[in-house]
Amino acid sequence: MAVTANPGPGQPTVDLREPAGWRRTKNQVATILMWAAFAITLVPLVLVLYTVIQKGASAISWQFLTGGPIPPNVLPLGVGGMGPAVIGTLEITGFAALMAIPLGVLGGVYLNEYGATSWLAKLLAFLSDVMTGVPSIVMGLFIFTIWILHFGYSGVAGAFALACLMLPIVIRSTFEMLRLVPDSLRQGSYALGATKARVTVTVVLPAAIGGIVSGSLLAVARAAGETAPLLFTILTVEATNTNIFSGANTALSTQIFVNATSPYVGAESRAWGSALTLIAIAFILMIIARVVTARFTRYTR
Amino acid sequence: MDQPENEVLPKLHVPSTALDVPAESFASPAVFNVDGVSIYYGSFRAVAHVSLTIHEHEITAFIGPSGCGKTTVLRTLNRMNDLIPGARMEGSIHYRGAGLYDTAVSPTAVRRRIGMVFQKANPFPKSIYDNVAYGPRINGIRGKGRLDEIVERSLRQAALWDEVKDRLGKSGLGLSGGQAQRLCIARTLAVEPDVVLMDEPCSALDPIATGRIEDLMQEIKAKYTIVIVTHNMQQATRVSDRTAFYSVLRDEKSDTRTGVLVEYDRTVNIFENPKDDRTQAYVTGRIG
Repeated sequence: MAVTANPGPGQPTVDLREPAGWRRTKNQVATILMWAAFAITLVPLVLVLYTVIQKGASAISWQFLTGGPIPPNVLPLGVGGMGPAVIGTLEITGFAALMAIPLGVLGGVYLNEYGATSWLAKLLAFLSDVMTGVPSIVMGLFIFTIWILHFGYSGVAGAFALACLMLPIVIRSTFEMLRLVPDSLRQGSYALGATKARVTVTVVLPAAIGGIVSGSLLAVARAAGETAPLLFTILTVEATNTNIFSGANTALSTQIFVNATSPYVGAESRAWGSALTLIAIAFILMIIARVVTARFTRYTR
Repeated sequence: MDQPENEVLPKLHVPSTALDVPAESFASPAVFNVDGVSIYYGSFRAVAHVSLTIHEHEITAFIGPSGCGKTTVLRTLNRMNDLIPGARMEGSIHYRGAGLYDTAVSPTAVRRRIGMVFQKANPFPKSIYDNVAYGPRINGIRGKGRLDEIVERSLRQAALWDEVKDRLGKSGLGLSGGQAQRLCIARTLAVEPDVVLMDEPCSALDPIATGRIEDLMQEIKAKYTIVIVTHNMQQATRVSDRTAFYSVLRDEKSDTRTGVLVEYDRTVNIFENPKDDRTQAYVTGRIG
């Protein structure tokens, strides 16, 4: 393992070590900084997860996850359950995803494949980016004004608000993923006599599908945890409502809000338990995303 | 390279057709009649006044220095330039008598007859099978038996079948450079085009892979008409029947560069008895 050697009499000694000096110091400093940044990033992530699990795990039971109705907040843990909120979250977020993902993917396809450099596409891309920055409560108020005032509270109204929130995220992530698809693939497809729609559907979208799926599921996970857009749109009731098209509904995120702001011990435990349930749902979604993406992208290397 | 160790050096490619046949002994029917073509990108004129005739079942080589417009001319032959915003053509190109740029002509219909192989192999991120079956599928061919047959035939034509027959379900991106380019050729042949345009197909390949593709071109030219752009003059002499030499014309006043067709003749004449001094200088290596 000698890094210095004397090649022979009369030959200069070869030293292949990095010479001590500013260059080596800089490299060491950079390495330490990277590790430090990594460690600091972990702190909030681990702490949040730890706190929620620590305070919420004791609340979780089959009864908690599926039972109902959600009891008044003065009652202790163990009465009723969060079942209605779990169902509400799944159906509202699911319906929102059903609206926002196809629309958002098509929007992204338009922006990158069809609009290209047209002023309309540029305007739409800009507006969609602005929409990403709109506070989520504004989406709730918007749906309240144009929908609730005419048709009353319903799960679908909440889904509309969440879809408004997801739409720009899906558009942006689709657009970025499509931009990464090399033009040579499009050209190869065109050269075989494919029409533009064919090129897009059979070559461009499959090449980008992994990123589109993960982008979309990120948007879903984000929407599932949103509270503000639902406050004005679903009214947050206690009983299960499987019909999202009529009548007030409920969701985990708004239940966390309602329970966490009440002073009773039972309500507090229910809030932590709901928080843990929500994180678990997001976790499961991410795992599904990984599996689905791996399946779709098995040919990319 | 996944070449066996005992593989002999690539054969010397001396195509009999290019050297032995007297220059004017026969002329097969014209596939393309290019007449006074100028091509613009926006206001920039890339190529000016190109006229030539490309003959059936021949290999026509386009040679010339960088920026002389040979690829540009090649891409107008199957309307790939339509995909570049601002590209525009003047003059006329007839493909087997039909105006290639007539208003009613569909570029996709053109490209189904006139396929293209690119400089950089561009297999789709799909399985080897799906890569080859892609063209037939978009042209409406369904049915496993039919497609299996086309995939095998095309891969055999492209001399790739023996290397990939046991892993047709594997990704096309996992192939080596030479194999990937042959896969792209197989993909092009799968739609049974009339003409195959090749844009420097061997520029990223080693001599052995290049030799295989050149062999393959000789084998398929009985069925197809081939136009190849190449920077490699030895390649042009090895494979082509006719050669078009392009050069760059520089306008001193406006400092713009335009590609022009200098000379077009049988390959043997271009390399052994060129009429133009510029051709002479280029093929003997006096200018780069």
